[in-house]
Amino acid sequence: MLEIKNLQASINNKSILKGLNLTINPGELHAIMGPNGSGKSTLANVLSGKNGYEISGKMNFMGENLIKLPIEERAQKGIFLAFQYPLEIPGVNTNNFLKTSLNSVRKAKGEKELDSISFLKLVKEKSSELGIDEKILSRQLNVGFSGGEKKKNEILQMKILDPSFSILDETDSGLDIDALKIVANGVNSSRTSKKSFLVITHYQRLLDYIKPDFVHVLSDGKIIKTGCSELAQELEKKGYQKIS
Amino acid sequence: MKQQEQIEKVKEYKYGFTTDIESIKSPKGLNEEVIKFISKIKKEPKWMLEWRLNAFKRLKNLKEPNWQKPKYPKINYQDLYYYSAPKSSKDKPKSLSEVDPKLLETYAKLGIPLKEQEKLSGVAVDAVFDSVSVATTFKDKLTEKGIIFCSISEAIQKHPDLVKKYLGSVIPITDHFFATLNSAVFTDGSFVYIPEGVRCPMELSTYFRINASETGQFERTLIIADKGSYVSYLEGCTAPMRDENQLHAANVELVALDDAEIKYSTVQNWYPGDKDGKGGIYNFVTKRGACRGKNSKISWTQVETGSAITWKYPSCILQGDNSVGEFYSIAITNNYQKADTGTKMIHIGKNTKSKIISKGISAGHADNTYRGLVDINKKASNARNYTQCDSLLMGNKCGAHTVPYIKNKNHSSIVEHEATTSKINEEQLYYCNQRGLNQEEAVGLIVNGFCKEVLQQLPMEFAVEAQKLVGISLEGSVG
Repeated sequence: MLEIKNLQASINNKSILKGLNLTINPGELHAIMGPNGSGKSTLANVLSGKNGYEISGKMNFMGENLIKLPIEERAQKGIFLAFQYPLEIPGVNTNNFLKTSLNSVRKAKGEKELDSISFLKLVKEKSSELGIDEKILSRQLNVGFSGGEKKKNEILQMKILDPSFSILDETDSGLDIDALKIVANGVNSSRTSKKSFLVITHYQRLLDYIKPDFVHVLSDGKIIKTGCSELAQELEKKGYQKIS
Repeated sequence: MKQQEQIEKVKEYKYGFTTDIESIKSPKGLNEEVIKFISKIKKEPKWMLEWRLNAFKRLKNLKEPNWQKPKYPKINYQDLYYYSAPKSSKDKPKSLSEVDPKLLETYAKLGIPLKEQEKLSGVAVDAVFDSVSVATTFKDKLTEKGIIFCSISEAIQKHPDLVKKYLGSVIPITDHFFATLNSAVFTDGSFVYIPEGVRCPMELSTYFRINASETGQFERTLIIADKGSYVSYLEGCTAPMRDENQLHAANVELVALDDAEIKYSTVQNWYPGDKDGKGGIYNFVTKRGACRGKNSKISWTQVETGSAITWKYPSCILQGDNSVGEFYSIAITNNYQKADTGTKMIHIGKNTKSKIISKGISAGHADNTYRGLVDINKKASNARNYTQCDSLLMGNKCGAHTVPYIKNKNHSSIVEHEATTSKINEEQLYYCNQRGLNQEEAVGLIVNGFCKEVLQQLPMEFAVEAQKLVGISLEGSVG
């Protein structure tokens, strides 16, 4: 699914990712942990194609070189990023945004665009499945949403767009336990043998609900250790300092 | 022009076609003879000709305004045609079936299928092609209610009392250069009269189009809402692409009597010039409404996306006690377009209220100015104004300016003014792109969100069109 080799990324001449290697196979869920400033969010940004980075190395998604692809084409090919800080867009109805988004993705895949009725049906189904109040969808996109509502909205979007590869950038940060369960449930209910996930987190807490196949420790732009879910528990006890 | 270039150009401005129709033109130039020619060809009564000549006399003492921000090269008024009419409509068509099919084709290209509209949408349309009003649909249905909706030329002949009473009563012939020029040479436009207590059952609509070259377009619109009546009126405008600048100087007068309400919406999409700023329409328009009666209301909504230069201030004179004036505006300027637009709210009556919501968007090298006056007279006790001006900038070569004039001569009145300027946010674009939207879709979405308060004011069927237009106008503005 995803193959990253010797990935280097810098912004304003500041080197952040310094030779990162990572392979994610279909159906796998990888967790990335690491101290602040280790390059976790940069990895998410670079995978999704955010502008402003100098990039070298290899980054293949489903056999295709990602580096040259614009952001929206990556999204259309099935890469989804749940933002750490979802953006507020005043005046734009959340439902409307989501429908435009879904139809762009469907169109790119050569599928038929959904009309309003089938779209609303889909939204209703997915939001009730997740236990998210669909009222948030009739509000302006993320405007005046609480931190938890924003994150839930990201997960709902993930469910509706149904991407093959989802990146969650600290989606668990700042969530209460109920919201955390909704997020975990959103991920768990989406897992199939064909879909993969990259979950970036600071805390072991999320991994009590989401079972990763691999846990990686990112430090100073490189993965310094890889293990299974026990590694997360070890980190929680010992802190990053002791791992190397 | 090579075919490819032509295709490119048409892509930029989809209304940029000309229609090959023979036309009757007045001699070039501005003088008494030309005014007499216009009046004669329109079979006007003598009083109308005198009114025009009177305006022309005044014009000689007036100078073009030059306080506005956009400057333009001197216009040679002697080098313009002041009247141009499609030949085939010399004898006015009595129904749509008599209209030149080529004209109808033009309107279809503009996205106004008159026939369709007549049957389906319940919108009565008066279409002005160059200088002549072509067809008014739905006449019969309106006549039943006593509503008059016709071209101003027809109104001058058939309803002289109403025209004499109200024409020039809001914009006097002494007003200012462009308004007075219009009074002297106006060619056609719409006339609406809604009788006492009648609620107009459908949207009334006019489409203006400049077709002939070197032609100025001077429409005149007069709308009168008698006591307790209501009307919603929409105008749309397009013009072909030409290298020279064309002048459009329209006058619109609205009169609302006791308890009457007029809602006037404009979607202005005149040719804006090419991406290097060549050509385009000079849109120098005077629009003014008088809330003459108590509890009357006039609401202006405008979506200004076209024209090389837009210079207009749809205003409300709030004479009647408890009258209400509203101004909702979106002005989008891209490439080298310039807009200087806003409103005047003149509070005269007691408890008068006004609300101004202005959204200016600049991209490319464009320059966008909001200029507005809130004037509260001594006797206008408890008057209230709320103004909000938001500017959105795209890129770093464009400009946004807000110039509010506030005069409050009454102690019991309250005036509020809020203004914001922001740049389109890269992070918002990134977020939209990540959800599969391309750059243009993302910009369209964000800008439409920015304009939402104003778009909501438009009649349903036009809101959709305006939303698309907002997206189209900004194409290529984010690199």
